[in-house]
Amino acid sequence: MTQIELRGIEKNFGAVQVIKNLNLAIADNEFIVLLGQSGCGKTTTLRAIAGLETVDEGDILIDGQPVQHLKASHRDIAFVFQSFSLYPHMTVFENIAFPLRATRGNRTDIEREVQAVAKTLQITHLLAKRPSALSGGDMQRVAIGRALVRRPKAMLMDEPIGALDAKLREEMRAEIKRLHIKQGSTTIYVTHDQVEAMSLADRIVVMHEGVLQQVGTPHEVYARPANMFVAQFVGSPVMNMAEVTVSADTGHARVQVWDASTAFDFPSSVTAQLAAAGAENGNVTLGVRPEGVLVSREAREGFVPVEAHIIEPLGSHDIVDLQVGAQMLRARTKSGFVARPGEAVWARINPAQAHFFDSSTGTSFGIRL
Amino acid sequence: MAAVQTRSERALNRLAIAAVLVITLLFLAPIYWITSTAFKPRNLATTIPPTVVFEPEISPFVKLFTKRSQLRTAPEPEDYAAAPWWERLVFDGGEKVVRSGRGEVQLSGYPNRFMNSLIVAITSTVLAVSMGTFTAYGFSRFKMKGEADLLFFILSTRMLPPVVVAIPMFLMYRAVGLNDTHWGLIILYTAFNLSFSVWLMKGFIDEIPKEYEEAALVDGYTRLQAFFKIVLPEAATGIAATAVFCFITAWNEYAFALIMTNRRAQTAPPFIPSQVGSGLPDWTVIAAGTFLFLLPVAIFTFLLRNHLLRGMSFGAIRK
Repeated sequence: MTQIELRGIEKNFGAVQVIKNLNLAIADNEFIVLLGQSGCGKTTTLRAIAGLETVDEGDILIDGQPVQHLKASHRDIAFVFQSFSLYPHMTVFENIAFPLRATRGNRTDIEREVQAVAKTLQITHLLAKRPSALSGGDMQRVAIGRALVRRPKAMLMDEPIGALDAKLREEMRAEIKRLHIKQGSTTIYVTHDQVEAMSLADRIVVMHEGVLQQVGTPHEVYARPANMFVAQFVGSPVMNMAEVTVSADTGHARVQVWDASTAFDFPSSVTAQLAAAGAENGNVTLGVRPEGVLVSREAREGFVPVEAHIIEPLGSHDIVDLQVGAQMLRARTKSGFVARPGEAVWARINPAQAHFFDSSTGTSFGIRL
Repeated sequence: MAAVQTRSERALNRLAIAAVLVITLLFLAPIYWITSTAFKPRNLATTIPPTVVFEPEISPFVKLFTKRSQLRTAPEPEDYAAAPWWERLVFDGGEKVVRSGRGEVQLSGYPNRFMNSLIVAITSTVLAVSMGTFTAYGFSRFKMKGEADLLFFILSTRMLPPVVVAIPMFLMYRAVGLNDTHWGLIILYTAFNLSFSVWLMKGFIDEIPKEYEEAALVDGYTRLQAFFKIVLPEAATGIAATAVFCFITAWNEYAFALIMTNRRAQTAPPFIPSQVGSGLPDWTVIAAGTFLFLLPVAIFTFLLRNHLLRGMSFGAIRK
């Protein structure tokens, strides 16, 4: 039973403010992923919770108790480092037993606990080896074992699988998820990889330049990004963004993308909703993910003619660049749907997948069509 | 390197090996000279050309450890017959072993000087390396104002040739009663080695990832515990390398030992040449003393050779 709460955390490194007024409440057993680019303050936040970094302002509460003045060793939290940081001069057994020896438990207890953790992680056969003899994946299993063995209040993981190769990363991702479901401990996980974040998190915390951008379930963050940063950071390929001019027409609205001569059809309600949200033409950015751009090979009602440019075949689907005005709109199609570059096709924007943002602040107008 | 060597490459290779052999022989020559002289009969020690083939003797070592005086006449036959084998060796050389009134053999100054050397070198090495390790850890792990300046200051203590301050040091030592004491030399050698030890250890500790200690910190250990359980074992190679260098410096130091000590705390380096002056120099005894003096460093270096090799290439492997 561990809740963690951050209240008004501020942190400066010299003149650089790395965390700005961060507030976050993490529930018991929750798997939270801090997601952001390098330098966004996510690792600093994690280290502050662990007690490896001090904060300049604000409170860190674990189960309601402020801990920001406690040393790391008194917070009862486990930390898994990207570099694994297994002690080279100790065997795997000694590495896992190391946290237990801090509290001077008796030998048979330690032996039993280490064996139990090793069994969970299926590394029993490695116990006598030294870390240098292990593969990357096994090293990380041992590092996780060392974190689990003490049954800490919370697990903090700093890009724990970032140093592994792609295939192993996928494998370990599933393993971490399985382990969390089985062991159920409050976990905070830092990554810059949005796929990792989406697949692991109960809730994702997106950070940018020290500021919390959005907290939500993977679906919320993907389907209802709070601002342009989140919209473009989460999801691959990146969401299309375009300055638009919205005008009312008979029975529908017309959305002109960039300076294109043609405009996309939208339900007429969009003009009223934009007006209600305080949006004005010249200050509206439309965001649409590639799967929200519908492509047709023949002229259809509501579709505008465009020209296909680069086609990226990705196996399960293709990503096609469509020229709209002077710019490109990326669309996701069935593989082989557009045969070759230069082909003339027709495109439409699915209003249900359109996001409208304030161009100057980047904030979403929160309009759902 | 190419898998197949051309003829010229092979020739060049052989030439290089030959050059290495010549250089090695050149470097080993003095050691051979000292070692062979240490086992020569006295009359063969200074022949021209040098005697290479001889029957090795132990007598230089017997003489090294005993106090002797010149014999004017040959020893009484019954004295000679009653003497143990080693004393006869001294008689054979035209000298006799000095005995106290109660007939106990008097030792020469050498064993005492040798012990002094051991005490001073080991203690100062332990002090310099441990203080250096702690200091280096502080510099390596904590941010502080003027860090670079402080490190430079520590290094700058090595820039002055030490002998320049020998006389002022001697006067100061005399004033506080540190001259001719073990602690006097220990403090001196520790101070001299400390800057070296700090710099060398800082390099080694910088190589140890910070995450090791941070992992220990979150696992419930204090920083001091983390230092002893994690940093020290990881730094063992560096500590060994630093210790060898500090030990060699302290063990071989001559000038300050000569000035600061004369009897009680005198180390072997100033003692050995001082024996040249008493009567006709017996080079075999001096060689025997030097030979024994070389052994501790050789043994110490041999024991730590693996650490030393890794220490020499530190930074090249780890990352």
